[in-house]
Amino acid sequence: MSILLDEKTRVIVQGFTGDKGTFHAREMIAYGTNVVGGVTPGKGGSEHLGRPVFNTVKEAVESTGAAASLVLVPAPFCADAIMEAADAGIRLVVTITDGVPAQDMIRVKRYLWRYAKDRRTTLIGPNCAGVISAGRAMMGIMPGHIYTRGAVGVVTRSGTLGYEAASQMKALGVGITTSVGIGGDPINGSSFVDMLALFEQDPETKAVVMIGEIGGPQEADAAMFVKEQMTKPVIGYVAGLTAPKGRRMGHAGAIISAFGDTAAEKAEIMRSAGLTVAPSPAELGSTVAEALARQPSRPVMVER
Amino acid sequence: MEIHEYQAKELLTAFGVPVPKGGVAYSADQAVYRATEIGGLRWVVKAQIHAGARGKAGGIRLCSTDADVRQAVKELLGKTLVTAQTGPEGLPVHRVLVEQALPIDRELYVGLVLDRKRERIVVVAHPHGGMEIEEIAQREPAAILREVVEPAVGMQAFQARELGFGLGLAPPQVNQAATAILGAYQAFRELDATMVEINPLVVTKDGQVLALDVKMSFDDNAMFRRPNVAELRDYAQEDPREAEAAEHGLNYVALDGDIGCIINGAGLAMATMDMIKHAGGEPANFLDIGGGASPDRVAAAFRLVLSDKNVRAILVNVFAGINRCDWVAQGVVQAVREVRVPVPLVVRLAGTNVEEGRRILKESGLQIHTADTLSEAAERVVAARDAGLAA
Repeated sequence: MSILLDEKTRVIVQGFTGDKGTFHAREMIAYGTNVVGGVTPGKGGSEHLGRPVFNTVKEAVESTGAAASLVLVPAPFCADAIMEAADAGIRLVVTITDGVPAQDMIRVKRYLWRYAKDRRTTLIGPNCAGVISAGRAMMGIMPGHIYTRGAVGVVTRSGTLGYEAASQMKALGVGITTSVGIGGDPINGSSFVDMLALFEQDPETKAVVMIGEIGGPQEADAAMFVKEQMTKPVIGYVAGLTAPKGRRMGHAGAIISAFGDTAAEKAEIMRSAGLTVAPSPAELGSTVAEALARQPSRPVMVER
Repeated sequence: MEIHEYQAKELLTAFGVPVPKGGVAYSADQAVYRATEIGGLRWVVKAQIHAGARGKAGGIRLCSTDADVRQAVKELLGKTLVTAQTGPEGLPVHRVLVEQALPIDRELYVGLVLDRKRERIVVVAHPHGGMEIEEIAQREPAAILREVVEPAVGMQAFQARELGFGLGLAPPQVNQAATAILGAYQAFRELDATMVEINPLVVTKDGQVLALDVKMSFDDNAMFRRPNVAELRDYAQEDPREAEAAEHGLNYVALDGDIGCIINGAGLAMATMDMIKHAGGEPANFLDIGGGASPDRVAAAFRLVLSDKNVRAILVNVFAGINRCDWVAQGVVQAVREVRVPVPLVVRLAGTNVEEGRRILKESGLQIHTADTLSEAAERVVAARDAGLAA
């Protein structure tokens, strides 16, 4: 098991024939992802990377049975692409694109709520590295080889810091079920809480690493969720101890503007909610390994 | 992106938000002309900078004669204004706003923000304007009024009226305030703002409701479709290095420490800075070079970091995913050859093709210290800085 995605999931790519779409679709296919086609309006009927290209997501879904879509279209067209996928019945949309206007995201999220819960689309991103179920499938731009299959779920706002965590864990022989990048924007398709809830239900996931950063209420909400609703251990980290107030640190959402937005405050909220907080970003892997070792009742399976 | 008060007032006026009569001036003569144009007996000359708390810092002057106006402008223009919000460096004053001075009966607070928890635009109001909202939230949280806007239909008139009555206004003023609030909301939506603050919204002694001071911030991600807002950007109010960084597609934030940082990815950049702090150092900057670490981009990053004279050592930390480490290493080597780097340099590479990358750094013959892990990198750069200071 894993969350969101496995080797059977039928995946399409929106923005399939562009440079980015081509490059990343090729990487995804090489990793074992079941890429069944793609969408580029105006190029329908042609073939790309040995897969069919469609003009609309609706056509792609009808003809391939796709259930998931990776959105790699430029930021001005992203909201439209996500809503098109949702309307066509795609259940998982992963949006990598950086630079989507915040008010577009408000509209998109409101749009997704039009649909009944049993057919509602889960949106991951934007401005994220994507989703990878280690050894099975990936929808994103991450280097697949740094993820070993195992029993730890990872959810992170930052892409590269997620890579750092995965490679520290790999070096210690700790594997991953699924790693999800929820993105660095102020409004994310899915939150830490959404992903923690999925990991809690996934029988294969024995522990979760949650990597946050300055800005926004998400880490505190997640800490409360862990305290009240989770049985699995959660290891946390919040990046940005040295960030000054009111300055945007790269990510559109990484800005200290309200009470509780700083890294120190968030780490303290996590600690008081019972999470194990890694003392530094260099100790993400070792903190996870120790947390797993403290759980003799739940043996950890690490596949190599 | 931030804009000046007078620009925000011009934008809001177009959406029906009433503001005092006034206009911008770039010289004393122009300011006197503005005052004559406005008429009346008293005027306010307000320094235009991208920060608040100007009143206490002497940036807002009340004038009753032409000579007063001239004097105020002379004292403000070309000066650096230091307020509680600017930091010790202050911000340069290149323009002033001249406005009619009005007898004020009440000052109220109205702010529109993008609420990250609710994922909605929220309008916040408070019966006591003039204070910072953080201060209000601490001192009188119970008196804060909130209206959450449903995105499918936008803000409704009843919501604005509820705020007006909630602020304790008389019916004629409720209608005026509602017009101002709905106008501000329209501007927020249609210009892709992230914040509109009317602080204070005033009721004058003759019963007019006016936006006396306003502040607007905008979503950088949306400026591609708001050229009329984007052109209001005033580079003189920004750190020149940050503006230069933006031109190269780099994300740079100047800080107070002495260890320069060049990193890919915002999260890894923040985490690396955390590690430097753990190791006993202080980062001189945040710098995210993004995904493609081409030699040009890396060279631009080195120039930027070195333009900060406090920098005593540099740490490059790249986790190469799609970029392979060998490309990144070539970029670093080429950049270091091109830009003279007079301080110790520590490079940590990780990810795809890391062995090859390290070999390229080693065989370059350049004075580059390497590190394998994040903690090693931070310790080495702090040690290199200390050795440099001792020498």
